[in-house]
Amino acid sequence: MSQNLGLARLSSLLAFSLAAAVTPVQAQQAAAPAAAPVKLGIVSFLTGPAASPFGIPGRNGAEIVIEALNSGKAPAPYNQVGFGGSKIEAKYVDEAGSAANVVTEFRNLVQRDQVDAVVGYVSSGSCLAVTPVAEELKALTVLYDCGTPRIFEEKARSNVFRVSPHATMDNVAAARYLLAKKKNLTSYSGINQNYAWGQDSWRDFVGAMKVLAPKVTADKVLFPKLFAGEYGAEVSTLLTSKSQALHSSFYDGDLEAFIYQEQARGLDKRMTMILTTGEAAIWRLRDKMPDGTIIGGRGASGPLARDTPINKWFQKIYTDRYNTPPTYPAYQMAQSLLGLKVAYEKAKKAGAKPTSDEIAAAFKGIEFDGPAGHIKMALGDGHQGIAETAYGIYRFNKKTKEPEVVDIVRYPAECVNPPPGIDADKWIAGGMKGAKCN
Amino acid sequence: MANRSQIIGGLAFAAAAVAAPFLPDWVVSLATIAFANALVVLGLIVLWRAGLVSFGQALYYCLGGYVVALIARWTGFTDAFVLVLLGGIVGGIVAFILGFLIARYREIFFAMLSLALSMILYGVLVKTESLGSTDGFSVLTPTFIGYAPHRDALNLALYWLTLGICALSALGVGAYFRTIAGALAAPVRDNEIRVEFLGVSVSHVIHVKVVVAGILGGLGGGLAALAIGHVDPNMAYWTTSGSFMFVAILAGAGSVAAAFVGSLLFEGVRSFAADTMPQFWQMILGTALLVTILFVPEGLGSLLLRLRRRKARPS
Amino acid sequence: MLTALSILTDGLAYAAYLFIIAIGLTLIFGVMKILNVAHGSFYAFGAYGAATAVGIYFNGHDWNAAGGFLFMVIAGMAIGLVLGLVLERGILRWVYGKDEVIVVLVTYAVFLILEDLVVLIWGAQSYPAYQPLVAAGSIDLGDLVLSNYDIVLVVLAALLAVGSSWALRFTRYGRLLTTVIFDREIAAAFGINVTVVYTVTFLIGAMLGALSGAVMAPKISVTLGIGVEVIVLAFAVVAIGGMGSIEGALVGALIVGICRAAAVHLVPQIELFVIYGVMAAVLIVRPYGLFVRAQPRKI
Repeated sequence: MSQNLGLARLSSLLAFSLAAAVTPVQAQQAAAPAAAPVKLGIVSFLTGPAASPFGIPGRNGAEIVIEALNSGKAPAPYNQVGFGGSKIEAKYVDEAGSAANVVTEFRNLVQRDQVDAVVGYVSSGSCLAVTPVAEELKALTVLYDCGTPRIFEEKARSNVFRVSPHATMDNVAAARYLLAKKKNLTSYSGINQNYAWGQDSWRDFVGAMKVLAPKVTADKVLFPKLFAGEYGAEVSTLLTSKSQALHSSFYDGDLEAFIYQEQARGLDKRMTMILTTGEAAIWRLRDKMPDGTIIGGRGASGPLARDTPINKWFQKIYTDRYNTPPTYPAYQMAQSLLGLKVAYEKAKKAGAKPTSDEIAAAFKGIEFDGPAGHIKMALGDGHQGIAETAYGIYRFNKKTKEPEVVDIVRYPAECVNPPPGIDADKWIAGGMKGAKCN
Repeated sequence: MANRSQIIGGLAFAAAAVAAPFLPDWVVSLATIAFANALVVLGLIVLWRAGLVSFGQALYYCLGGYVVALIARWTGFTDAFVLVLLGGIVGGIVAFILGFLIARYREIFFAMLSLALSMILYGVLVKTESLGSTDGFSVLTPTFIGYAPHRDALNLALYWLTLGICALSALGVGAYFRTIAGALAAPVRDNEIRVEFLGVSVSHVIHVKVVVAGILGGLGGGLAALAIGHVDPNMAYWTTSGSFMFVAILAGAGSVAAAFVGSLLFEGVRSFAADTMPQFWQMILGTALLVTILFVPEGLGSLLLRLRRRKARPS
Repeated sequence: MLTALSILTDGLAYAAYLFIIAIGLTLIFGVMKILNVAHGSFYAFGAYGAATAVGIYFNGHDWNAAGGFLFMVIAGMAIGLVLGLVLERGILRWVYGKDEVIVVLVTYAVFLILEDLVVLIWGAQSYPAYQPLVAAGSIDLGDLVLSNYDIVLVVLAALLAVGSSWALRFTRYGRLLTTVIFDREIAAAFGINVTVVYTVTFLIGAMLGALSGAVMAPKISVTLGIGVEVIVLAFAVVAIGGMGSIEGALVGALIVGICRAAAVHLVPQIELFVIYGVMAAVLIVRPYGLFVRAQPRKI
């Protein structure tokens, strides 16, 4: 083993060169003038199968909103330049990789690049991995897309926030809408991906259905592998079922493959599909998305959004730049940034740049308006947002050749979100007490 | 009796330990994860010397991680030393059981069977909703015989624990290579039948190596779980095994120390690639691997060996 | 009764999918002893090529759908040919003769590079290619509706199986390949130009891999990462059937296909494990796969 000498030299050289090569420039702290830029780390999937439906729209949403905020041209009350007069500088990081990679990159953003806040994360796994690290490092973090309610139910958090409502809302509202529109429903089936997202979505949906319509039963419960791509056997199984409705939380690649394959065999003519994330796919599927499909958008996003000035503004700037209308991940990112802006400006005393702790304190419990509606940071001790949601029925308008969502029903935030202090799945199992629907 | 290479190795580890408080936090965390992974790579090297390539070391890595996480969660016991040790022990026990099956296979079939077993664990964990399925769950903050550090101190404590276990493992594996069973690796790789004619049971030798690799994998997984603070089924996925193989290639099977240097280098390159070209980091990694294989097929460890040989040659 | 019929048809359709994917891989392994991880990239490139071809052919024109299918297949295979040529001549020929596992890792490195190359060429968005699937229509078997495109795939798989067996057994070149599969050194000793055989085999394998991607493109959404899933499936089928054995790949595909279809219909909870369970079970009983004769040990 005589080469160990050389290797010992190599190891020490390596350690020191690593440190030297990437030593961060010391960032200015609280004493800096207000004109110093605000540095944000934006993390979403830039590669891999989740990039196209979620990661890239999220990233684009960040880019266009940051540009608009920096130019000071956003509609009131967001018309201050950047955050409180300081321009925003964004660093985009890919979320792809193992939990170890995600955590390492988070630490790099916070400790090496010294960002003021991290806004990101599509995958619930990433969110769950990053949250304890954010708490440990006292790094202000806004989760923008991940759906698991566990983040704020497992433990109280100080530095982590999520403006976007969690996924329980999507499936509870889906159950309500389905029962409202299909009065003769006797049985339903489900096809969801066999991983946490699909399992949680189905569990919430079944739970809500049991509470709202105990006599309606679940027939075929399918959980194909994530990214399976080939659903022949699943379609056959569903063709033999007598269900009138099919619940699915499939998204993009899997959703499109499933739609193409089932359409070729006429499944959608036998059962109505409820797609809880369908809104993200309508611009690509267009006339291939079956008419009559019930569509959700994880909130009142895209065609489900109200026609408010701020929504019109967001749709315009996004569509002008990216040639396609914004889908719900873009909405979620936009609202996360707007929420952070509101908190920042609330925390900022004259002149000085607010510290992370001050922004976090200001963020708790705020209410503000975004393109997808009114948001209240009502759960998780003021760290988790709730908002209204909407479901509608998809139609492809053959005259204008554009997708449309009609028959929209809106569900107030307090109707489909658990009240503060109770876990989401316990709330559903307990009969959804305290739900305020009109 | 300590020989020269052990002294050198010990000094290298000591230098790495002493340097830590002067390095930025994020470098220390990166190095901790790299060294934890290096243990798994060391296991791979033990197997590789005998001509066996495992595409399923992620199985033991994942087991180690989940053992640490579950024991902490179920019993509230958070002592890092004991937890990681248990991770290694469980890795060893599972390797012992699976070894009866796997030790009969060679080459590509060994690789494929090990991959299948690792993917079965993945499938089981994904189906287990009570463990969070693909989301996994977080690992409680570890304590060190009563000492409960936070933030920077926790970072350093984990780093030193990892270094300590790595140093012990390096010593242990180095000693194993010097035993007869360890030295038999090359003959087994070259021509098994002749080894059997010598009266040695080849499957016994391989079984032992599988167990050693399993223990190392479990230790590495346990340390990684503490360092990352989170476990998920992806730790058992075949691409995780692939990245360990990647490092093993970078390092070469030549020496024990190569595993650690190679792992550090890999983490550094990956992080650098993710930082500079966020959309193309896979391409950078792939190119680095390709270049290494084509031009330095014995791994980077061999580069230094060649340098030493050239220096030693007279005139 | 309906369930049994479903299991059969679904099993056949899935088996066809697996076989078409696996045949290129088993051929390359059998002849060159290379376990080509980049096979997933051939699949992906074939699919993207097909999607582009479908986009060109069907958008704005009302041409014959069968022609579109043919165009798509040819485009996919052409991309496979080019890619295979670049890989084999550019990278692989430098590592022939090295340790088997080193070569696997080279193909893994190539796979990583190609994954990002896809992003460079086609971007991160997904591409539809559904027109051939839709045009094929469907047939009703009582309550069960079958897609004609699946039937096309089953026919294609059967043709490939029969065609390749026939070619290996009855054409001169096929017999050369079989000789090289049996023993490369003796084949070279007999004067066979093994280097050329290697190159041609790799190209055929690449084209078959790209073909599998091209014919699957209409059923799926062509997006990033489709190659990753396919690699493990192909490996499992080839391991079950025996490396280098085309009959083995066929039987392996059928076993996995039927087992999986049965699982989905009857016991959906185990669907995730079926392929690995079958692979582990087969390898325990027959360590070299179903159809490969035990190799005599060389002293």
